[in-house]
Amino acid sequence: MIPLSWYLILAAALMSIGLFGVITRKNLVGALIGIELMLNAVNINLVAFWRYFHNARPEMDGLVFVALIFVVAAGETAIGLALIISAYRSRKTVDVNELNLLKG
Amino acid sequence: MSGMQVIFLIAAAVTLGSAIAAVSARKMLHAALWLVLALLGVAVIFALLEASFFAVVQVLVYIGAISILVIFAVMLSRTSLTDEGSQTNRGWWVAALGLVIVLIGVVAALSLWPKWTAMPGALPAAATDMATLGKQLVDPNGYLLPFELSSILLLAALVGAIYTAVDKKEEKP
Repeated sequence: MIPLSWYLILAAALMSIGLFGVITRKNLVGALIGIELMLNAVNINLVAFWRYFHNARPEMDGLVFVALIFVVAAGETAIGLALIISAYRSRKTVDVNELNLLKG
Repeated sequence: MSGMQVIFLIAAAVTLGSAIAAVSARKMLHAALWLVLALLGVAVIFALLEASFFAVVQVLVYIGAISILVIFAVMLSRTSLTDEGSQTNRGWWVAALGLVIVLIGVVAALSLWPKWTAMPGALPAAATDMATLGKQLVDPNGYLLPFELSSILLLAALVGAIYTAVDKKEEKP
């Protein structure tokens, strides 16, 4: 039997690694990869809480939220890809430091 | 140490290792492929948590669709085939240090929680019945509103992605 803490530590570590990617990557696609890792960390937490506290709360709330996060992640990746391709077409780069169109 | 724990530790090590490689690999295509391995590790974690449906959905949606989209994005947005130079910002070590401190703080704070070492109870057969989940998603007293909102979100994302990505210069004759 695996204690709940193992899953929570794994999810926290995965979240930190994903956030590190989002913060430090120069490439927009790299930031997108970091966001995917963060969403997966959240999903691990939700499924773990559903599994460990199912007897206290028999509704399947945790799994419903996981399903909704899958939907949001799919939409977010599609929009992100479209934005990256659009930005690349107009600026010929996906470097975050060079995409400074909004700079005053 | 039981077999479940060994499988968990292997899956967690693969997930975290490939996640670190995904955020630090110099070539973006390699990073995307490391992401696939990390997502596969998460699918194994889902299977360990007896959420078999979501382990399958993870493989289908994340590995089958999302990571392929990411690979497309890498291939469509490369200026050169080699991705020369550093792929991270100069202050990356500040972010790493800060996140390690935050991670230790979060784990230390959570470890004070009395249910920190909770063990899983027996899972009744009804708990893994996906028909119950489906009924709850379309139940007006359950999650009908988020369900319908997510369908509108997907439609809007579909239309928005096509509109954003289409090359507007080609439309003019």
